[in-house]
Amino acid sequence: MTWSEMQPLLEQACWDTLYMVGWSTLIAVVGGLPLGILLVLTDRGGLLQNLAANKVIGQIVNIARSLPFIILMVALMSFTRWITGTTIGREAAIVPLAVGAIPFFARLVETAVREVDHGLVEAVQAMGGNTWTIVRKVLVPESLPSLISSTTTTVVALIGYSAMAGTVGAGGLGDIAIRYGYQRFETGLMWITVAILAVVISLIQFAGDYAARSLHRRGAHSGPAPRLRLLKAAS
Amino acid sequence: MITTTDLTKVYRARGREVTALDGVDLHVREGEVYGVIGQSGAGKSSLIRCVNLLERPTSGTVSVDGQDLTALAGRGPRAGKELRRARSRIGMVFQHFNLLSSRTVQDNVELPLEILGKTGKERSRKALELLDLVGLADQAKAYPAQLSGGQKQRVGIARALAGDPKVLLSDEATSALDPETTRSILALLRDLNRQLGLTVLLITHEMDVVKSVCDSAALMENGRIVESGTVSDLLATPGSELAAALFPLDGEASGADRTVVDVTFQGESATQPVISQLARTYNIDISILGAAIDTVGGLQVGRMRIELPGRYEDNVVPIGFLREKGLQIDVPGHESALVKEGAK
Ligand SMILES: Nc1ncnc2c1ncn2[C@@H]1O[C@H](COP(=O)(O)OP(=O)(O)OP(=O)(O)O)[C@@H](O)[C@H]1O
Ligand SMILES: [Mg+2]
Repeated sequence: MTWSEMQPLLEQACWDTLYMVGWSTLIAVVGGLPLGILLVLTDRGGLLQNLAANKVIGQIVNIARSLPFIILMVALMSFTRWITGTTIGREAAIVPLAVGAIPFFARLVETAVREVDHGLVEAVQAMGGNTWTIVRKVLVPESLPSLISSTTTTVVALIGYSAMAGTVGAGGLGDIAIRYGYQRFETGLMWITVAILAVVISLIQFAGDYAARSLHRRGAHSGPAPRLRLLKAAS
Repeated sequence: MITTTDLTKVYRARGREVTALDGVDLHVREGEVYGVIGQSGAGKSSLIRCVNLLERPTSGTVSVDGQDLTALAGRGPRAGKELRRARSRIGMVFQHFNLLSSRTVQDNVELPLEILGKTGKERSRKALELLDLVGLADQAKAYPAQLSGGQKQRVGIARALAGDPKVLLSDEATSALDPETTRSILALLRDLNRQLGLTVLLITHEMDVVKSVCDSAALMENGRIVESGTVSDLLATPGSELAAALFPLDGEASGADRTVVDVTFQGESATQPVISQLARTYNIDISILGAAIDTVGGLQVGRMRIELPGRYEDNVVPIGFLREKGLQIDVPGHESALVKEGAK
């Protein structure tokens, strides 16, 4: 395979990956952020303590997280068709990606928000702030560096999952690596794909760390750096 | 200004019960600095947190500025609208400052104003005015992480004042600070108390804090207030533990047949030559074991520990003479008898 043959393939694959990961990250953040915060608020001693609700949300999140992505994708087929009208292609892949990433991100959010000093919550309560004010003005801004790191982790994980989405004809870099590299022995193309993925992931990780760190610097947080904390959270 | 009646707080955690407050009646008058002192675990924090209902009392009532806060609804940890409004008129400062690290100094001070729904212009005007008041006008754009402990507490105080409160609650506000910074923060609290007529309820475990700023004080032990009153009343109370702690005297009797007497001078009585009168009138030798003059709550107070020859029973008349002169007399070891007599 020559470069001129590879180039359009790779270009299309990059766009497909970007499209799938971009949308599913957006949905994961929009869905996972409130869910993660809710997990903290409804827990014992939380501002909206509701142990029953906490247990239900926690269980759903755990089950969704423990399912292998490929199974999730199959299990969600009819849901995907209901939403997008098809089970094949980029749009169809976004549904299971997002559904898988929401609980993943929610757990990371939960860990990040739990680390906010309870004294700050109390200070705002003492000023007469309500729960919504506390969420907006304390929990989210104070955990922002960790939330950014969590988003980075989620993006990287989604790039991984999106490779499997190739099996439903969604395209993307992972799909190219499997179809051409593995099935047609186009080793050159495979290695280029791997290199592109490595560079993309490094760039994302670097940008995420940089953003988290520069926010972090002005804060007086003690304890491990956001990266380390994140590894703990993800494990 | 702040009144609690028969306040109790029982914590229940995993089947265990801890009675942190056991029938506390506190009365803080308008415009005074009131100190609550006690050992760790005495229930001081529980008490102050019950005053703005951060902690809901198990029973009893709390009223601040004539408003019964315990009557204001709010289930569990959630506070109703009325209670939140009442809280916004009670300032609070914390031992660990509790400033938001994601906000600048000025934005931290503006936070209570945001909650009160003030416009941007009003907020920044008020915040800058308060920062000026606490001496931090030049740090408005700094982040808390860039400030020293004392500066952080000044920001905490400015923030507590943003809602124009009549009452300021302070839970160990100086406990994380070095002695010199502690003095400057206490002086600031004192100034605010005088300038703004602010009523201050402060919690501490350091006697020096009470000594330097408080008009009144209470001693807590095991969830109860065991002694309370204005500092000058306390000093005039025979056998007062607080007075003794505020103004410690030592010196042991030099023999079994001798009587140790603690003499406290306040105001008028301080100027009379009573000791030499005593020696001349009864023709006895008096030795001075220890003496000190100090300012307690802005009051000049002198204390002296003297020793009279003979047992307590032999010295009833000279001790009576000292009492007649308007001095406050404590006879260590005989306090209980005296207090009982006084009670009759
Ligand atoms: N949230 C809580 N849950 C259970 N027990 C508590 C809680 N808060 C306080 N206690 C208990 O109540 C008692 C009084 O605590 P409190 O914090 O009021 O004491 P304190 O006088 O402020 O002590 P310190 O000087 O150490 O701050 C202690 O025995 C403490 O263990
Ligand atoms: Mg305490």
